[in-house]
Amino acid sequence: MISPAFSPVGLRFENIDKRYGGLLALRGVSLTIAAGECVVFAGRNGSGKTTLLRIAARLVRPSRGELSFTGAPSGSQDIPIRPGFVAHASMVYDELTAEENLLLFARLLGTAQPENRVEALLQEVGLSDRRASRVRTFSRGMRQRVAIARALLHEPAVLLLDEPATGLDPQGVAWLAEAIRRLRDSGRTILMSLHGESEISSLGTRAIRLDAGSITADTRTGGTFRSILTFADA
Amino acid sequence: MSLLSNASVLLGKELRTEFRSRELLTTTIVFILVVIVLFSFTFDPTSDESRRFAPGLLWLAFLFASSLMLQPCFLREQQNDTLSALRLSVSDPFAIFLAKLAANTVFLLLTELLLLPIFAVMYNVPVMPVLHWLLLVFFLASLGISIAGTALSAISAQARMRELLLPLLMLPLLTPILVASTEVTKSLLDHTPYVQWKGIGFLAVFDMVFLTALWLFGEYLLEE
Repeated sequence: MISPAFSPVGLRFENIDKRYGGLLALRGVSLTIAAGECVVFAGRNGSGKTTLLRIAARLVRPSRGELSFTGAPSGSQDIPIRPGFVAHASMVYDELTAEENLLLFARLLGTAQPENRVEALLQEVGLSDRRASRVRTFSRGMRQRVAIARALLHEPAVLLLDEPATGLDPQGVAWLAEAIRRLRDSGRTILMSLHGESEISSLGTRAIRLDAGSITADTRTGGTFRSILTFADA
Repeated sequence: MSLLSNASVLLGKELRTEFRSRELLTTTIVFILVVIVLFSFTFDPTSDESRRFAPGLLWLAFLFASSLMLQPCFLREQQNDTLSALRLSVSDPFAIFLAKLAANTVFLLLTELLLLPIFAVMYNVPVMPVLHWLLLVFFLASLGISIAGTALSAISAQARMRELLLPLLMLPLLTPILVASTEVTKSLLDHTPYVQWKGIGFLAVFDMVFLTALWLFGEYLLEE
């Protein structure tokens, strides 16, 4: 299911500011994330986690500073790096079925044998029996499963997860944690924003705290790691 | 994946979602039908009057209806943030525009073709002898409306008062299309029909200029 056939990619944020009108959402964020790291971003609502992830996805252009991807193989400079992205919204069409949605994005991404890939992912996320149902009839948790499947279609080297457990039941969270564990162990670079400690946050190899758009803590060690996550909810 | 294959995949999605819901087509057809019928009842024009006024009325109705049709074009993509998913998936953002403007052109042409016979009957204008020329005008004008309207829909979808903004931006910008297509249609419905090549040329140039501008700058319209 999760193929190792990809080139590990890291990210470098250099002095990034992002301004929305009068609001400075990110202030001088400089950060290097090595290929294969699993980074958990914590922070209160409005601290800049989502903006940082959307900049990493290149959906938002920074007002100042630069984002670059590191570790891409030489000669591949012209090949765009397309991160897999799971956002707050499901990013799929309500009027299409789960299968139609995944096939649409698989074809756009140029996935080899899209039907087989979609079939495998529908099984992986436990929606095989609902493949022909329109997404509008799905619960929040089922939509999230489709969203996660969509993000994994092209087996991205970089995965961006913005509060990925939103709407999932405990069984779904356990499934997601296992999926993230396998993706992390396969060497993919994962950036995820979370609220507080959870089964999923324990998969992180690094925790970064954001406050009012600035990085206020960054650690890889156990005790501090936990305090960053819990302090975020305090 | 190439621009055209991305665009064709997306066009399939646009057509499938619309033909499944039929929201846009139904609304637009009903709107134009109401305008045509109301004007016909209000003025009860003679055949000569129809030849003079009906083309303008027809294109005015198409233009207003297109602002209804184009409104949800990008708004629908915001509902579940599917526009972001598209931007992350396509190799060239122009593919998103290309698919949407092609779909909008198809929807507009379908609407126009469905309503042409009703228009001909209610206003007593003979359209059959010049049908092929009318189809050319319909195509060029619908394409122009779709190109400019799709671009403006992308802009207005991100703004406050978006429902008001699109017609406010679109109607003045499309006035040249309204004038040119009305003039060409009037010449075709004349007692001695003739093809007004100047108008047809103008529509073709308008389409090319706006399509090129969209190709060059469209990417910036999709940014958050």
